[in-house]
Amino acid sequence: MRSKRSKWSLLLMLMFLLMLVLSACGGGEDEPSEAEGDADTTETDDGSDATEDSGGEKTLVFARGGDSESLDPGSTSDGESSRVTRQVLETLIDFAPDSFELEPGLAKEWEVSDDGLKYTFYLQEGVKFHDGTDFNAEAVKINFDRFADPEHEYAFADHDYVYFMYSAMFGGHKGDEGHVVDEVVVVDDHTVEFNLNTPLGFFLQNMGMTYFAITSPAALEEYGPEINENPVGTGPFKFISWTKDDSIILEKNEDYWKEGLPKLDRLIFEVIPDNAARLIALRSGDIDIMDGLNPDDAAGVETDEDLTLYARDENNFGYVGFNVQNEPLDNELLRQAISHAIDREAIVDALYAGYGTVAKNPLPPSYLGYNDDVEGYQYDVEKAKEVLAEAGYEDGLEIDLWTMPVARPYMPDPEKTAEIIQNNLAEIGITVNIVREEWAPYLEKTAAGEHQIYMLGWSGTNGDPDYFLSSLLHGDLIGDSNREFYQSDKVDQLLNEAKVEIDQEKRADMYKEAQAIIAEDVPMVPLVHSTPVMASSSTVKNYVPHLSTSESLEEVDLE
Amino acid sequence: MLSYTIRRLLMLIPVLLGMTLITFSIVHLIPGSPAQTILGQNATEAAIKSLEESMGLNESYFKQYFLYIKGLLQGDLGTSLKSKAPIVKEIWPYIAGTFELTFFAMVFAVFVGVNAGIISAWKQNSWFDFLAMFVALIGVSIPVFWLALMEQWIFAQELGWFPAHGRQNNRDPIEAITYFYVIDTFIKMDFTQMVTALKHLVLPSIALGTIPMAIIARMTRSTMLEVMQSDYIRTVRAKGSGQFLIIYKHALKNAMIPVLTVIGLQTGVLLGGAILTETIFSWPGIGRYIFDAINYRDYPVIQSGILVIAFIFVMINLIVDLLYTYIDPRIKY
Repeated sequence: MRSKRSKWSLLLMLMFLLMLVLSACGGGEDEPSEAEGDADTTETDDGSDATEDSGGEKTLVFARGGDSESLDPGSTSDGESSRVTRQVLETLIDFAPDSFELEPGLAKEWEVSDDGLKYTFYLQEGVKFHDGTDFNAEAVKINFDRFADPEHEYAFADHDYVYFMYSAMFGGHKGDEGHVVDEVVVVDDHTVEFNLNTPLGFFLQNMGMTYFAITSPAALEEYGPEINENPVGTGPFKFISWTKDDSIILEKNEDYWKEGLPKLDRLIFEVIPDNAARLIALRSGDIDIMDGLNPDDAAGVETDEDLTLYARDENNFGYVGFNVQNEPLDNELLRQAISHAIDREAIVDALYAGYGTVAKNPLPPSYLGYNDDVEGYQYDVEKAKEVLAEAGYEDGLEIDLWTMPVARPYMPDPEKTAEIIQNNLAEIGITVNIVREEWAPYLEKTAAGEHQIYMLGWSGTNGDPDYFLSSLLHGDLIGDSNREFYQSDKVDQLLNEAKVEIDQEKRADMYKEAQAIIAEDVPMVPLVHSTPVMASSSTVKNYVPHLSTSESLEEVDLE
Repeated sequence: MLSYTIRRLLMLIPVLLGMTLITFSIVHLIPGSPAQTILGQNATEAAIKSLEESMGLNESYFKQYFLYIKGLLQGDLGTSLKSKAPIVKEIWPYIAGTFELTFFAMVFAVFVGVNAGIISAWKQNSWFDFLAMFVALIGVSIPVFWLALMEQWIFAQELGWFPAHGRQNNRDPIEAITYFYVIDTFIKMDFTQMVTALKHLVLPSIALGTIPMAIIARMTRSTMLEVMQSDYIRTVRAKGSGQFLIIYKHALKNAMIPVLTVIGLQTGVLLGGAILTETIFSWPGIGRYIFDAINYRDYPVIQSGILVIAFIFVMINLIVDLLYTYIDPRIKY
């Protein structure tokens, strides 16, 4: 008996020993990296501080489904990254808390020359980066040169840094034909000029995007390519530590240039991948705000006194797109028939629990130039059958529908959406085969035009209609993000003109006209603008979800 | 035995080399390029091409594999395409997380499983036997995600006894030294934090340990029953030994060999396959690390992650084989 017990404890000890040995190796591996060691020490110091006087400390935990990809906003387009960097780094122009209207950010005011080729920004004075260095015009120039020029010393191109949002929004990189920024000029310490090659209608909107936030040049020098794990900006919160797939810890910037802000002492972004588990964590008080609430759980949250429900405003749309270059969908009447046959109301009710609105244009309704006069294609089975017969398919036909393998805010359940569409089309005699692909090949193959009908969506980032209409339907982007292979000279011309026009009213008219033409040509069926829901504990005050999914939490307070 | 151990360790080399070849080929067979995933759905074809080039993905497979192996031999597991950080540095916290979870899951599984099996065999056909085997049957068949959600609902939301997510209280983080938080807090003699770390382990360990527990219980019962009918047990009984001594001193030793094999294999399975538990309990472990990497087509992370798991798997089986000789001295290598 005694020997048996000792053998068992030996077995346990062996396992424990193995853990210890392995952990010793791990400790050794960590030592050489000084930067990380430093970060860890800071974390402890602050951690113990927090325990000591946790009475007065206001700590807010924000839980989301996935971890950030990188904390260098310029080199990513990941929303989970922007959400965090938004708190640490700031942009020249800010968006209003609940819309894409422009407000002063790091630039207190700005001027545009009449020809739209020169933008002058007057910067806030007395602003300091978290590392104590001054924010000035030189810092703005270094950051934008870094985005524009792959050869720049801080571009880190040999470490696979690519500033693709920059090239998407400003027409390419230095030396590219379409690149709109000619040069960034430091006029004096607090004045910086952007000289453009061609006017850009949404230049100011771009300056509000989280991707173009200003990083401390001293930090770029210090951390080099490890800047993606060590963000240093001017924002309301300072970066403290990042435990991958677990948490990112930020702390109040005591010297923040906006008087009296932020209100929280600590801000923690935590990863809880499972939606149901995240809601449980909220209900048990472990977290304060959660993103990604299942629409089906919204009703339960709304009736719960301890919780508050939020819905983000519409900034996206999910759609069904046609490959218009090939048979049979090059037939406009067939596309119209399908548009009439899809019951979009039913999709909104069944899959979005009502948190969405039926779409008729490839643009969210709050946007500049949204054309409300477009009628859209009403759900009408009889009409659909008629048009189908007119198109020459009285006896029906067979068609492939590609469905997305991943859920997105604009398409919370692509598989079920595809099934509803399959049923809808069966009613008018079209047999739909659902095609499934993995995400990366799905994007590649639809861009290559291997599909007949497919599903996708688009989310806005700078609040400008160009980002929707040009990306999805401009003839130049066929095979890239124009997966309809739709090409209309008139639409292309309107989009081109609107892009370089700086009079916003004229731009609005051009986009309206483009939407009318697009509605007639039916390259796609806009389905839904979703309003993603989220929840917080009712102790959270002043939280306003922004359309772009990344909002500043400087005003947020806990009661 | 020493020469056996050395021989086994040498055998690791071809095994791991074979693993690299298999994972490398499979990983590159998955359709979809990492450049596409990194750049997202609004990427232009030109941007994708140029990123692939800078990541060295346009080189021939042979050359890519050669470079990878060359790096491995120099102790370089590669660099993550997603985080741009060296994998050697990045992977450790995930391995520690999974190890800690697996360790406690297996402690639960072995302790409960072996004892339930023994008692079931001892009191064969009693109500305890039926109940235990019924529970074990449910245990093997229960979906982990369902069990995990039920645990969360009852013990975290309704009763509030245990936390349902993560490894620590993020409002008051634990300072990482080894990344085994139980050990870290022990080193610092911070017992409040140690309790926190242990509390975080309870629910996921039970969820993860339930299937192995059930398998071990059934295995122990059947081998115990077999051993109990052998001649030497009859001899011991004839000599007047008590039932308790017979079982725990004489029978268990011989019954343990197949059970030990199962324990070893199950430990390996848990180390690599805890993805569901890790996801539901927000546990930053190796399963989630590799799963994310697969979605992202982060080739170096998939390759090196699987390699590390294979290495650990082989090592655990080696330890189990060495333990045989300890439990049964008749086994000689």
